[in-house]
Amino acid sequence: MWLFALPALLINICIILVPAVLTFTAAFFMWDGVGKPAWAGLANFQNMAADPVFWSALTNNFIWTAIFLTVPVCIALVMAAALLMAPNARIVVQSIIFLPRIIAVAVTGRIFQGMIFSPATGIVAWLNERGFSISDPLADPDRSLYAVAAVDIWHWWGFLAVVFLSAMRQISVDQIEAARLDGAGFLALFRYVLIPGIRPTLILMLILTVIWSFQVFEFIFIVTRGGPAYGSEVLATFAYRHAFFEGDVGQAAAAACVMSLFGLCATAVYLWLQITDDAQST
Amino acid sequence: MIGDRWSRTFSFALIGVAAFSSLLPIVLAVMNALKTTVEIGSNPLALPTQLHWENFSSAWRNAQLGPSLLHSAEVASLTILMVCITATPCAYVLARQKGKFWRFITFYFMATITVPVQLYLYPLYFMFAKLGLVNSIPAVALIYTAMFSPFAIFLLRTYALAIPVALEEAAQVDGAKPWQTFWYVILPMMRPGLLTVAIIVGLNAWNEFVIAVTFLQNDSNVTAIVRFYNLTGQYSTDWGEMLAAAVTIVLPIVVIFVLLQRQFIDGMTSGAVKS
Repeated sequence: MWLFALPALLINICIILVPAVLTFTAAFFMWDGVGKPAWAGLANFQNMAADPVFWSALTNNFIWTAIFLTVPVCIALVMAAALLMAPNARIVVQSIIFLPRIIAVAVTGRIFQGMIFSPATGIVAWLNERGFSISDPLADPDRSLYAVAAVDIWHWWGFLAVVFLSAMRQISVDQIEAARLDGAGFLALFRYVLIPGIRPTLILMLILTVIWSFQVFEFIFIVTRGGPAYGSEVLATFAYRHAFFEGDVGQAAAAACVMSLFGLCATAVYLWLQITDDAQST
Repeated sequence: MIGDRWSRTFSFALIGVAAFSSLLPIVLAVMNALKTTVEIGSNPLALPTQLHWENFSSAWRNAQLGPSLLHSAEVASLTILMVCITATPCAYVLARQKGKFWRFITFYFMATITVPVQLYLYPLYFMFAKLGLVNSIPAVALIYTAMFSPFAIFLLRTYALAIPVALEEAAQVDGAKPWQTFWYVILPMMRPGLLTVAIIVGLNAWNEFVIAVTFLQNDSNVTAIVRFYNLTGQYSTDWGEMLAAAVTIVLPIVVIFVLLQRQFIDGMTSGAVKS
């Protein structure tokens, strides 16, 4: 029987586990990826700690986490509740708000660059011509991170709303009706019936948000490459730049380790929840 | 009917705003894909006065979309095939076997779902470079198989758990070997799960960026996403043509999504909704 699991396990170990262990090891070596690695002790970590870009990247990861724990979650909760109230619109609207999630990140990134933020061809340009003076947020080190976050929020909130909606639909209609008969308005219903009703799903999504926020790479790499002036640099773009553009794989590995460390705490909670959940369902 | 009149009106207004904001960038992209760059520059929000379909033909030609779309299809179908072949038996075993060892394996696969690509990307790249596997489409499909199979295993495992054990026992009593039981009894019952897995894995492989952009560097093997990314990085002045390329790459996905919405939404939200 165990042979059945072997191919999947073998591929997973060769592609993920072995290289992951090597990354952890490489963090303690000077290595350009091609030549012979030389023992470096903690030098990679010390260099990183002395690099202000590393600290601003780490800060940006924390800002990103804070944004994604709040903004898309709030939008999605409100929208899920609204869709619960409007069963006729549900199916069509659910597909529409899900759509951004299935469009490739590279394409979404370029569409926002050209059609929204561009001071020549985007909505920013259109607003400028009409007397609103807005500069390209992607060219501003202080605003670029938030501009990229806006793109990711567009891509993400609809998916989240669909997840919350399917959880809300498992709450019994009787419970909602009972609250209504007691005179509960939209807000009371939201606060005392809907949110508690989807608590396990909500907590899981918040934990996953923390995990993903420390891994965020694609949107930032595609839209700003961490720039301008490292304004939107996060740990993942920091690591990628060191590995492939600066030939310092040791440094990249060290950054990847720090990144994983933050995700690890959230992952531990995630695994614990999944395991207890799994034990109940089997 | 849930909700009073006021909250229904409020809900409809919210829903309208939300649907509009989700569609706006997509509509802008499609609309401007049919305009010249001069027209886009003068007013990105205006409807095209004349439909410039030639943007699509020039995008097709200049961006060499044909071959790169073919590469995307190759990567996606190879990944789907490998994930289905390896994940299905694995899901079945994980659904049936009890005990510490199998719990640990389940735990391991769960953990790899949350591992960041960055944690294994760099040694993997230089390892593959040494083995001459960079710029190889099957090698990329192999990496995708490792990345996407844990999701497939857990989705298929819920299907396997729903199959009554009595069915297998009956097959065993009739003298069926384990692989025969799997092939003739289990596999047919997991078919709907396999369709969902194929769709989600195919979508992920088609859209994937980090691995594709790192491991595929020649024009002779890049996927459509990487081709699009490289091209627009260099000449992002001809937005009409660029958007035409974007629409071409996204269109197959959107068509499949419209046809098979339920599988898409159920598959992608599976595991997220807790009861």
